[in-house]
Amino acid sequence: MLTNKKSLWLSGPYLVWIAGFIILPLLTIFYYAFTNLQGGFTFENIVGAVTDTANIKAFGLTLLLAAAATLIALILAYPLAICLAKLGLKKQKVFIFLFILPMWMNFMLQMVAINVILEDNGIINYLLSALGFEKIHIANTFGAILIGMVYDYFPFMLLPIYNTVSRIDGDLINASKDLGAGAIRTFFKITFPLSFPGVISGITMVFVPAISDFAIAEMLGGGKIMLVGNIVEMSFTKGHYYQGSGLALILMAFVVISSLVSGGDAEAEGGAILP
Amino acid sequence: MKRLSAFLRGVYIALIFALLYMPVALMIVLSFNGSRSSYEWGGFSFVKYEALFNNEIIMEALLTTVLLGFASAALATIIGTLACIGLLAMKKKLQKTVTTVANIPLLNADIVTGISLMLFFSAIVGRMNNVTLIASHITLILPYVVLNVFPKLSQFDKSVYEAALDLGASPIKAFFKVTLPDIFPGVLTGFLLALTISLDDFTITYFTKGQGINTLSTLIYTNRIRGILPEYYALAALTFIAVLFLILVMQIVNMRSATSGNNRAKAQKNNY
Repeated sequence: MLTNKKSLWLSGPYLVWIAGFIILPLLTIFYYAFTNLQGGFTFENIVGAVTDTANIKAFGLTLLLAAAATLIALILAYPLAICLAKLGLKKQKVFIFLFILPMWMNFMLQMVAINVILEDNGIINYLLSALGFEKIHIANTFGAILIGMVYDYFPFMLLPIYNTVSRIDGDLINASKDLGAGAIRTFFKITFPLSFPGVISGITMVFVPAISDFAIAEMLGGGKIMLVGNIVEMSFTKGHYYQGSGLALILMAFVVISSLVSGGDAEAEGGAILP
Repeated sequence: MKRLSAFLRGVYIALIFALLYMPVALMIVLSFNGSRSSYEWGGFSFVKYEALFNNEIIMEALLTTVLLGFASAALATIIGTLACIGLLAMKKKLQKTVTTVANIPLLNADIVTGISLMLFFSAIVGRMNNVTLIASHITLILPYVVLNVFPKLSQFDKSVYEAALDLGASPIKAFFKVTLPDIFPGVLTGFLLALTISLDDFTITYFTKGQGINTLSTLIYTNRIRGILPEYYALAALTFIAVLFLILVMQIVNMRSATSGNNRAKAQKNNY
């Protein structure tokens, strides 16, 4: 490409973009988080974010919900990844494609669709009463948000696990069985340890969007359940930039910790959502 | 025993498949429902599609979504492709640092990215407008362009480009005649993925759009109190088919470039 020095200039717009629209905006959050209304330095926004009783309650609820969504997604996705990896190679590709496809329906319309199913007058209750059962009330509850999260983030769990499971050398499994290990022992000694990086990556990719969500909670919780994301969103729509930034910074700390745990492999994450 | 476990695996695959497709399938089937109730079948009809096309507010949001998607994906593809040429000329360490920072929006929570952009823009330009919205979308989708173009460009045989220069082509002409055709599958898939992500985005748009402007996602969100409009069923069916088309094109481009890459590798082997 040109001479090396000249081609470096071609990345100019990109570098300016990174500085202007990634680094400076993040610094702006830090500025607001450590500044009081008079423009002086303060820790109050951060301290306030973690000591306010409503916030503490929201943090508890959010962590519980995110952990539950991550666990359910893992329990559903892990066996599926194993089942898919045992299909023929060509079939695997088609099936993985098919399992990722529904996630591309517009996110908000997915939420609408889930509401159509869960509503008090929705499909589930229609079927239940048609079969003579009593109606259940899930719409606008914790459970509805949980279902929405598991549905929306499921592919993020499935793909990284499938990517590691499908690469396990079949000879290793056979060798383990030849040496007398049963199916269960082979799973815990060979399959699971080798798929572990995928599991960790899947957990991060579900947990991060789950702890920072506000839209699913608002769409499926009917505005009654306040997660950390909802409090952050409300602070900003009400113009409380300073407190909001303090809380957003705490949220970012959770994101950084979860990414560090998984090694922060952004390329794997970007690759994972590729169809 | 073996056949039983294969059967059980099939059942599990089918079960998850059914659960994942239930919302989409339901929206598509009910989009042809003539009755106003969501589940009671009122005969096959296009009334929901008619309602959709006559709903000016939704149509305007659809147009905004598509224009925003194409504008930001096109700009991101240009910036990203140029960036790859420069990245390739960098020392490995610098390259790694730059891409790590550029990938922050991939790792970070969308709400934090959205808020950071909103705070920054309100500090420098005051109110959000269409420019802040497009700039934010470009920030979100740039990493995907680079992730698609960079591998193709690093596989590209530099000596072909140098040969074009030796034969008297200007660097710009050589790029368009030699380099670009070779890396085009990566550029195209990068563009399509960027477009798909822009079309689907809610959170970044929500924080960085100007007042009175809505994409489909923010419109549905803002109107959530009004419940489920009949138009949504038709909208879900149509947008799903549009995205399905985009993703199929991406798959075909990917597969074709993989086979042509294999053929080239084989041809090179034969030369030695």
